[in-house]
Order: sequence, then structure tokens, then C-alpha cells
Amino acid sequence: MADVIPQNPVTPSGRRSFFHHLIDSERSLAWMLILPALIIVFGLIIMPILSAFWMSLHTIDLKRPGIGTPFIGLGNYADILSDAYFWASVGRTFYFMIVSIAIELVAGVSIALLLNTDFRGRNILRTLILIPWALPITIDAIMWKWIFNANYGALNSLFLQLGIISKYQAWLSDSLGAMHAVILADVWKVTPLVILLSLAALQTIPADLYEAAMIDGASIWKSFWFITFPLLLPTLMIVLLVRTMDAFKVFDIIYIMTSGGPADGTKVIAYFTYLDAFSYLRLGHGAALAYLMTFFIIIMIIIYIKVLKSREVEY
Amino acid sequence: MKKVLFVLVIFAMLLASCAPAAAPKQEAPKEEAKPAEVKPTEAPKAAEPKQEAPKEEAKPAEVKPTEAPKAAESVTIRALFMKQAGYQESDIQAMSDEFMKMNPNIKVELDFVTYEALHDKIVTSAAAKAGTYDIVLMDCIWPAEFAAAGFILDVSDKISADMKKDIWPGALESVTYKGKLYGMPWLNDIVYFYYNEDLLKKAGYDKPPKTYTEMTEMAYAAKKKGVVEYPFVETFHQDEGMTISFSYFLLARGGKMFDAEDKPAFNSPEGLETLNWIVKGMKDGLFNPSSTESGYEEVRNTFSQGSSLFSENWAYQLNMANDPKESKIAGNAKIAPLPGEKLPSATINGGMGLAITADSKNPDAAWQYMLYISSKEVQKKYAQNALPIWMSLFDDPDLVKMQPELIPVSKEAYKYLQNRPLIPFYSEATKVISREFQTAVLGKKTPEQALKDAETEILKIREQYKPGGK
Repeated sequence: MADVIPQNPVTPSGRRSFFHHLIDSERSLAWMLILPALIIVFGLIIMPILSAFWMSLHTIDLKRPGIGTPFIGLGNYADILSDAYFWASVGRTFYFMIVSIAIELVAGVSIALLLNTDFRGRNILRTLILIPWALPITIDAIMWKWIFNANYGALNSLFLQLGIISKYQAWLSDSLGAMHAVILADVWKVTPLVILLSLAALQTIPADLYEAAMIDGASIWKSFWFITFPLLLPTLMIVLLVRTMDAFKVFDIIYIMTSGGPADGTKVIAYFTYLDAFSYLRLGHGAALAYLMTFFIIIMIIIYIKVLKSREVEY
Repeated sequence: MKKVLFVLVIFAMLLASCAPAAAPKQEAPKEEAKPAEVKPTEAPKAAEPKQEAPKEEAKPAEVKPTEAPKAAESVTIRALFMKQAGYQESDIQAMSDEFMKMNPNIKVELDFVTYEALHDKIVTSAAAKAGTYDIVLMDCIWPAEFAAAGFILDVSDKISADMKKDIWPGALESVTYKGKLYGMPWLNDIVYFYYNEDLLKKAGYDKPPKTYTEMTEMAYAAKKKGVVEYPFVETFHQDEGMTISFSYFLLARGGKMFDAEDKPAFNSPEGLETLNWIVKGMKDGLFNPSSTESGYEEVRNTFSQGSSLFSENWAYQLNMANDPKESKIAGNAKIAPLPGEKLPSATINGGMGLAITADSKNPDAAWQYMLYISSKEVQKKYAQNALPIWMSLFDDPDLVKMQPELIPVSKEAYKYLQNRPLIPFYSEATKVISREFQTAVLGKKTPEQALKDAETEILKIREQYKPGGK
């Protein structure tokens, strides 16, 4: 027992050093390796989450330092949920999200299918199509704001020359028009991402599947529906997931293009939260809003994951 | 298990991205050698006379040398300005460069944001208490809010009685809250009426309208004759601009925005008349439909394109709309006081002041800088885009030569100057006002309903701001 062989510290012995003990057990090693990351995650993510939750239970109004920060339980939540303007902005957010994602998915997959076929200049086109995605979103928004301008915008000029409109239109001047303009700016920016991911997925689909289908006499439409689409679906679900989160939180385009106007027509929930937290400095209220936003997104994500699991196919 | 973890991680990421960050409670590092107490407040004045006018008593010589040894420790002050109406970015940069040349121990760093972003930038950095800015440019509607929140310093005792006597009362009022001064007036601006002389002649008139009724007539005539599609472009975007436009229309008709108790007073017969007039004007195509998306820059651009007969904007539009590089109507953009109705005219004070933030580490250097850029010499030199705050300068022949059209109109218009209400919840109230009125303008609510809804909601906000409000 006394002769410990250095080369073999794994022997069950009570005299191993603490260090050896740590190294021995795979589990502790794992913890040790994870620890730095864990500390960072805890400090930068978990702590703020918890402190934001704590804030959401208080009245924190930095513009009225006199009132202190009394604990009010779920008061902020009750206040928000009974606010008609909040629900209106939730409605607008869903409208933005559904319409923009639907267009992005359809357009993205269609263009990806096109780019997946063999033709001259395909590589150049594939690169070019990524440009919108490479632009900073602020620039995208400012650019579209100019394009939509009622008096000197490019869109007006184009449509007038094509004879689509008879005089210049103020695209951003009514609520629905502004919403659709914002959606268009978002679609233009994000569709390349959908194209990119779909194209990657399309290229992993083995060609023999299509050959087999052709031999069986399947039409192009049928081979898309029974081969391409099911195999594309997992990727599309990921896209859907990422885009849902993004679209639900949309802020920058709206801040720049419309400031939530006109008549609140584009005041989505993120903008609503921004005003509360950073313009009015009602941080407690703002934190509660952020939690509600998160809650909405989590519900959607859970639904997506359920759907994704039930629809998986293999060939 | 995996699924739960996945959801948790996503949850974490989301929250991290949308939760408002807790205000970092950073303690300002205590400075050992405070040059603050030693330096007499008159020190900055010493810098001015050196330039030219030595009418400000003696003093300059003695103060300078005593300061020189201290100059060794140089300080940096950061100032937040806006890029829009008034002094242009290049003007402010040039003023600061001159100041730094005269005060080599003070370095001035400038930040510029749009007007729309200015308020939020100030409140978030002030709430963080990190001393990000020493000086902020403050619109005349914010002193109440910032002072009540303790974001800015009271500088009442730094502005001498002599100075006060020579500053336009409206400009002085724009930094006042509860009788105290919270900044140095700097940008002296009011809303003016602009007309395109060429188009007005084509419409058959040779003088700008004196009342809104006249203006409406002229607009209809111009539209009928096909002179312009939309005679009038106005700032109706969902922001302060909408509130300001409504305010001067209302004030001219004898109405009021708020009463002495900070209660909304716009839900009145005059208010209804005003809003009805706007709604009808939008419907009839009197106003450019782009008005609901236009801020002052958009108004200026539209007017400068020659697609509008009338517009209303700050002083800076005069020079820019007559600058051939910026405008298609150079030479035709003329200025006049805003029309009246019941009153002969009514305009809105858009003065802005420079305030020292409560967490500034170098309030004295900041004050010195503020005094310099609002001094008569500097304001005279840069009077191209904004008028000085000093009344005595308005009779200065050089200035009159520099702004031959603006000065006479200003002198007239200042008689009808009205301030926006100085209430601590103004920035929230104006959001409500602009939203409700836009809703009416877009025909989604009757004007009656919009006025009533705005009133109700602002009363609710007012309740919260009362001492002991929830």
C-alpha cells in the first residue's frame, strides 16, 4: 500500500493530492474547464436576468428620485397587461413578424432553388445577393427612408416612370403604409440570410434522390414537394426560429425609419419598451415589459421545437 | 433535459438583449487638487476681452498668469450637441477649436446626435452617473424634467445680473425652472413663417398671409391654379414637431396648451377648431401628405425642392433654402413672422441652453467653455445659422449686415414669443399629444376624441409625477 507508483495515480488511494483527485474524476475536470465560462455567463447573463426580474417587481423611476424604489410585486405586470396600447403594440409586432417572415421564407427558398441550378455567372450572383445582408442595419434603414421619401424618393421616381402611380405618394405617412415600408426594408435585408442557409441545405441533398424520382416519373413539382421540401424543413425551422426572435425584437429599422409613427402605426413592442425604459427612465416598468417580451418569444419557440420534432424525416 | 437547457439558454440570450441594463453606480473618482474652488468664476471672462472688446472692466491681465501654473494639469471635457437646426456641426467644431487654442489646458471633445436622439442620450447617460458628459445641450422643454431628476447643476449664481439684462427673456426662460437657472442660454431660436416668393406671385399674391385664414385662402388659390400640388408642408411627424406645430396654430387662435397647474388646456373650443383645421387641410391636400412623416430637415428639403408654397421652420432654413448648393429655390425663400388669428402672431420658443451635468468632474472648465461659446464675439461670428442670445447685438451693424432679412423679422416676431410649458413630464406628454393628434390627422379618430384621449392620458401621467404619486 505504501509504495505508490507515480505513473499510476489512478489507483484508489486515500493519499492522493487534491489536485490528482480533481484530475481523476472526469466530472470535476469538466467542471474545472467550464468554470471560467460559467463565471462569465453568470456575471454577464444570469445576474442581469435576475436583477432585471427584481427590478420588474419595483417602481424604479430614475426621473423621480424622490419616490425611492418601493416594492410593488406584480404591479408593473398588471399595469402593462391592462394597457390597451401595450396590446396594440403586441398586435403590430405579430403583424410585422408574420408578414416579414412569410415573405422572407418564400422569397428566400425560391431564390435559393434558382441559385442551386447550374447556369453561367451563378457564383457572381451568389456573392452579389449577399450584399444586403452585409450592410449594417442602420444604413439599410436610412437608405430605405430615403427611397420611400414622399418628395424626392427613388421609389416614387421609379414608379412614376413605370406608370404605376400618377403622382408622388407619401409612403410612410399612414400607419399601414409605414408598416409595410418597414417590412419591405426588413425583407430586403434578411432574405439573403434565408437564401444562404437554404442554399447550404439544398446542396446536401443527394442527387440520386432526384434521379430516382425522375425514373419513377415524378414531376418537378412533386420532387420538390416530396424530396426537397422535407429535407429543407429542418433548416427552415432554424431560420424560422432565429427570425422569429429577431423580428419580435425589431427596433433599429423602426427607430430610424418611422420613430414608431405615424399615429403609433409602427410602434412595435421593442420600441414601446425602449421608450418606457430609456426615454421615460421607468426602469421597473421597462424590465417588466422586457420579461413579457421574452415570455412571448419562449412560447413561440416551444411551439416551434415541438413542431420540428414531430416533422423530422429521413431518407 | 436538453430541450429545457436549450430553452433556458435562449431565454438567457433574449433577456440579455432586451432587458434594460441596470444603471451602473459608478462613483466619480475624487479629484485631489480641485482647481474648482481656487479659480474665481470671473476667470472665463478673462478670456473674452482678450479677443477684442475690452469694455468688460480690467481684470484680464492678473487672472491669466495665476492660472498659468495650474494649466499644467490638463482636463478633458465632453460635450453633447445636436446636428440639425441652429449652429451646424462645423460651426461648433470651429468654436471649440478656437476655445482650445486659447485654453491649451482644456481639451474639448464633442459628440453630435440628432435632436430626436438627444433627450434619450442625455437621460440615459445622466442616469448611469458615469460622468460621460460634462456639458449637454438642453432643449427649453427639458430643464424641468432634468432639474427635478437632479441630472443638471443649478448655475443661477454664475450668470451675472449684467448678463441677464442683455439676454433675450425668452432665451433666459428656456433654461429656467422654478426661478432658478439650470444652464447658459446658447441657441436662440423661434419658429418663422417661410414662403416661396415666386410661387406666391404665381398664385396671385404679393404679400405673405397675416392670419391662418388668409393663409388657407392663398393655399386653396395656389392649389386651384396648379401652382403647387400641396401648398403647405408642416412638421407633423410623431414627435415634438407635431406638438410644436399644433401649439403655434392653437396659440394664434387664443388657446393654451397647459394651464398654470400643469393641466392640459388644449381640449377647448380653440383646440378643436385648430385640430379640425389641420384634419381638413390634410384631407383637402392643403398640407403635403408627407407632413406626417416630416421633421424639420424633411420640411426644409421639401421646401427647398420648390414643391411647397409655405412652410414653417427655425431660423436656419432661411440661409439654407437660399443656398444654391442646398436648394433649388435660392433667392425665393422669404421669411416672415408666423401668421396670427385672434392674436396678431404667435411663435414658439425653441431656445436651447447648455447645462452642466450633475456628475461632471470638471464643472469649472465646462462653465468656462460654455461662457466662451455663448459669448458675444462667438455668437456674432457664427450668426449665419442662429441668432445671438444677446439683445444688444441685434442693433450691431455687422450683424444686421450679415442677416439683413432675418434681423428685422426677428425683432417683430420676438414680440409674440411664447414658451412651451415647463413641466417635468413634458417629454411624456408630448409623446401622447403627437400620437393622438396624428391619429386624428390620419382619420382614425375624430378630433374631439383625440383631444379628449390626450387630455385624459396626460392627466394620468401628471398624477404619477405628483409628490406621492404611484
